[in-house]
Amino acid sequence: MRRTRAVEAWTIEPLNRFVVESGARFTLLMTPAGQVLAQHGFTRAVDVMASAALGAAIFSSTGEIARMLGEREFRALNHQGRQYGVFLGALDTDRGKLLVLVVYGSDSSLGLVQLFFDDLAEQLVVAAPVPEVRRGPILAADFERELNESLASLFGR
Amino acid sequence: MTHPYVRLLDQVTRVGGVRGVMLVVADDGLVVAESLMEGIRGGAVAALAASLTRRLAMVTKTSAVGELGFLQLQAEEGTLAIVPAPAGVLVVAVGGSDMNVGLARLEMLRVAEVVR
Repeated sequence: MRRTRAVEAWTIEPLNRFVVESGARFTLLMTPAGQVLAQHGFTRAVDVMASAALGAAIFSSTGEIARMLGEREFRALNHQGRQYGVFLGALDTDRGKLLVLVVYGSDSSLGLVQLFFDDLAEQLVVAAPVPEVRRGPILAADFERELNESLASLFGR
Repeated sequence: MTHPYVRLLDQVTRVGGVRGVMLVVADDGLVVAESLMEGIRGGAVAALAASLTRRLAMVTKTSAVGELGFLQLQAEEGTLAIVPAPAGVLVVAVGGSDMNVGLARLEMLRVAEVVR
């Protein structure tokens, strides 16, 4: 059985509930910069990193289209394929803006994903901690260590 | 100006006991048109009704009893009725326990004929 793995533990329970209720195949919770906070369904780190980077890029590029249309941003977008659909939604929490990338199959639907995404967003807003203020500069060594720790958390290594 | 589909739904909402009716995309579970009383979460009902219909259609197919034609869920305080239209759209009605299911079904079938 595929498992939910998280870098930040407060995300696990809402994400688990969302996956069960929506029937999502894969789910990524990340920042707009593509930093992954939790994932469900992925088995390879490279897939997580690629999906996070692409999801963040899609959100960023559609944000520009939104601004051209006079919108502040698009809160959600959907790409529909024959077998799979990809839903990308945004929410604001005390932890900052977060993105949720969801891949769903024919056993779910956009309506179900949207419905339970609203519930997920509410639960994440309630659960999100206020981030600690970071003191001192961010060093390359710290960045690499934190990246490795994140990957270990996401894949249980 | 009211969308023609919403006017079409009015013939179902006029039936006694009906609290709301929607046209829902069967594959996506998204609302196309709705005429609902306040307090009914149309989006949620649409998504869950479409999911339910998909699964029950698999049951009728597996049971070799043909296509799903009409679905009625009788609950403690009301009724959910669904008619799949040929165009991949569902006609979904929500009613109280006093809903005239027979007449509602007839009107829902008429709506399904028009949206085909």
